[in-house]
This record gives sequence, C-alpha cells and structure tokens, in this order.
Amino acid sequence: MDYMLLLYSDENWNAPTPGTPEFDAMMGEWMAFNQTLIDGGHWIAGANLMPTTTATTLVNSFGAPSTMTDGPYVETKEQLGGFYLVKAADLDEALTLAKGIPLPAGSVEVRPVAFRPDAA
Amino acid sequence: MSASETSTVDDALTHLARVDGPRVLAVLAKRLNNLDLADDAVQDGLVDATRSWPRTGIPDNPGGWLMAVAKRRANDRLRANGAAHRREKAAGYQTFRDHEAPPMQPSRFLDADSDTLTDERLRLMFLCCHPALDSDSQVALTLRLVGGLTTSEISSSFLLPEPTLAQRIVRAKRKIRDANIPLSIPQQLEPRLGVVLSVLYLVFNEGYLSRGADQGAVRTDLVQESLRLVDLLAVLIPDHSEIEGLRALQLFALARIKTRFDEEGELVLLENQNRQAWNGAAIAAGNKTLARALSRMRPGPYQVQAMIAALHTNAAHSGDTNWPRISELYRQLESMTGSAVVRLNRAVAVAMAEGPDAGLALVDSIAGLDNYHLLHSTRAELLLRSGDVEAARKSFELAELLATNPVEKRHLARRASSISL
Repeated sequence: MDYMLLLYSDENWNAPTPGTPEFDAMMGEWMAFNQTLIDGGHWIAGANLMPTTTATTLVNSFGAPSTMTDGPYVETKEQLGGFYLVKAADLDEALTLAKGIPLPAGSVEVRPVAFRPDAA
Repeated sequence: MSASETSTVDDALTHLARVDGPRVLAVLAKRLNNLDLADDAVQDGLVDATRSWPRTGIPDNPGGWLMAVAKRRANDRLRANGAAHRREKAAGYQTFRDHEAPPMQPSRFLDADSDTLTDERLRLMFLCCHPALDSDSQVALTLRLVGGLTTSEISSSFLLPEPTLAQRIVRAKRKIRDANIPLSIPQQLEPRLGVVLSVLYLVFNEGYLSRGADQGAVRTDLVQESLRLVDLLAVLIPDHSEIEGLRALQLFALARIKTRFDEEGELVLLENQNRQAWNGAAIAAGNKTLARALSRMRPGPYQVQAMIAALHTNAAHSGDTNWPRISELYRQLESMTGSAVVRLNRAVAVAMAEGPDAGLALVDSIAGLDNYHLLHSTRAELLLRSGDVEAARKSFELAELLATNPVEKRHLARRASSISL
C-alpha cells in the first residue's frame, strides 16, 4: 500500500548555511534517510519544496472562473515543506518510516493513498 | 419455558456476546484479514442465537456454535459482496476506496487451539488501542470488540447518545480499514502495552467516578468490565508487573466502592468511610496481586499507584495512614509521569505528613491545572486547615463551578456553605 508522508515545519527557522559543517551534517542525515527508503524498497517519490513565499494558489469553485492568489492556500505556523511517497506493508510500517525522517522540529502527516493512476 | 430457564438463556446469550463473541471475532478477523466482515458475521451469529436459542435451547458448545454460524454468515456476505462487486464492474463503476473482497478459503478455518486464540485476542486488543486512533475511539472500540458490549450498552455507560457512539466506532473501523492498520502484535511491546493499559484505566476511572449527569456517580458495569479486560490481558500476557499493578489498583478501589457514597448518594471522603464495610476479599486479592507484581522488581507507575492504594486500604483507621510513605510514593510517581495531577495528590499527602503550609506551597507550584476543580477543592481544604477561612470559601466556590459530576458539585457546595455559617 502507498502512503504519503507530508512534512510540515516552520520554514523561517535558522537552517544551517550551505558550505558549513552543520549544513553538511544535516544533508548527510537526509541523504542517509533517502537511501534507507531506496534500499528498503519503499521509495516512490520525494521532494523538498521551495518556501511558501514562492507559492501561487489557484482556487477553483464549481465552474466559476478560477482565481489566483500570491502565496499558500492558508497561512499557518508550519508550512508544507516537502513530501515522501512510499510503499509500506501497513500503517505501522509507514509510521516507522515517518519516525526516521530527520526533521528537527515540525510534524509529519501520514496519509494512505486512495488511488494513483501510475501505480503498478 | 419457565422464568428460570429464560434467565439461563439470557445469561448464556450475554456470555456468548461478551466472551465467545470477541474470541470468534479475533479468529475470524485474522483469517479473513477483514475486521468489518468478521464483525458483521459475528453480529449476525449473535442475532441468530437470540432468535433461535429460546426455542432450541442452548447448544452444548456455544462458542463452537457461534464460530460455525459466523463462518457461514461471512461466506454469505462475501458471496453477496462478490455479486454486487461484479454488477458494479459490469456497470462500469470503479471503486478505488473499497477493498476488494478477499478470497475466502474455508478449508483454512481450524478450530483454533488456545495458543493461537491467545495471540489473536491480543492482536485484537492492540488493534483497538492503536495509537493512530484517538483515545475516545480506543475506549469505544475496545469495549465493543474486545469486551463484546453492544453500542447501546457502551453509550449508556458513558451517558452519550447512541448515534454519537455508533458514529465513533464506525469512523474508527473505517480508519483501520482505509489506513491499513494491521492486526498484529507490535514488535516493540512495551510502548503499545502502555496504551492498552491506559485505555483500561480510563474505562475503570469513568466507571469509578462518572463525568455524567444524574445517573449516580459510580458505573459499576464499567468498573467490572475494565476488571474483566485487565484479567484477560493478564492471561494473554502473563507475569507482567504493570498489568498486575493495574489489577491490584483496581481491586483496592473496588474494595472501597460501596462506601464512597452514603444512602442519599452523597460523596463520602476516604477519611470518613466505614472501613468495616470495605470488601476484605478484594483487599486480600489486591495485596496478593501487588506482592506478586513487586516481587518481579520491575517498577512502574501502576505499581506505585497500587502501593499508595494499598497503604490507604490496609490502614484500619484513617489515623493509621502512613502519610510520609505515601508522600514519598507520590514523589516517585511524579518523577515517573511528570503529571501535574500527581503533584496535586502529592500535595495532599505532604500536607497530611508535614502540615497544610507545606502542602499549599506544592499546590501553588502546579502549572496548567487552573480549570481543574480538584486543584481548587484541594487548595480550599488546605487553606481551611491553615486558618484562612475566607480564601478557603472562595476556592470551594470556584471548585464547585468547575466540577461536572453532580455529586461532586453538591459536595463542594456543601463545603463552601458550611464555612460561611
């Protein structure tokens, strides 16, 4: 079964700057986590998103012309910052994978995928 | 049919629903890999029994009877489902959300021996207490599927409208199905067992002092149900010190349950209870269970709570209570749980051991319980003992305002007015 792991965190936290040892250490953890997903046969897709300042939201409303706004759909303390799409046997396995995500602070929402047109 | 035969059939039907039903459900759910289908089939079987047993009498092996009927009903439902599914496909519908009916392999059904039955009921208990379900759902699902209570029995125990409770159970079962929460024994037992224990503790507490309206403060049915489930858990996971700790704690509470209210249904504080009327057999069973738990040298919060309850319950007079030892145990419990409510209880014990001012200092150090009526009633009692009558009355009034159980409300109102006299 497929699960979406949605990563929410405060995008304004002081992340380490590229080029510093702290940054390398942080990236090392993420790369290692990605590798465990790949090695375990769980990986389908994953991405880190640009901050919500780059977001543009289209709002559709039952046939009315869609409107476009600058920014994310809702302003929240934590923003959607990235995702993994994984294969897992059941929710317990998906939760175990989610617990391994090296997110220093924030939350991971685990949602079963209802339907994926490109699923094997 | 005579009245005594009717009651025998009624008793047998209750036993079938509460003991055999969950067993059959546990086995079927695993074999079918489908909790909903298994539950529906067991419910069908229980309805069959209710209809036919008064005529045919009780079968020799009620559990085997239910297993056979439930299997047949599951088969019927699968066949009907399969037909509906084929009709939908033929009509061009695609159902992404609903699982396809799993293949049925009747030959794989064995009459489960007691070992696999143990496993399967334990799996069911872990499923109902899965941390991905909210705590209200865990409680409702555990009582319904593991305890074999009907939705209407649970809703009346919790004084909730039946549709609310039914909806809660449906939602939880749907999440189990759609998020694919597994029917399995977790690899890391301890943290998940902690959730199971907390669910059974919640059921017990709700029974011991109900939050609800005018139905009396004690719900003996819930108290007995939680004891039955803890006993079952102790059978499924033998020799576990915290399961025994919770069992001992419940036995001590049960021993005192009848003296907690007077003839008018008003609350009687521990120090004023008639200790002669406490249930000696329950106290003895509690002592024995606690001794066994402690001998394992694996301390935990339920054992500490049981030790505190043991000190209260074994004191012949309230004046004999070993308050210094109880304060120390509360200190240990607080360091284990970090709970503000535990600190409040500790404050009471400290006040008894060292005087009201030491207790008040602890009460004032508690953060985050401003809306908890017992914080204010405790402060009130301690203020009263330290001589600050006016502040005590104000605290009683605030406590009365915040309490929800009518018996507690009346008790606090009486305390407040007794001071102003």
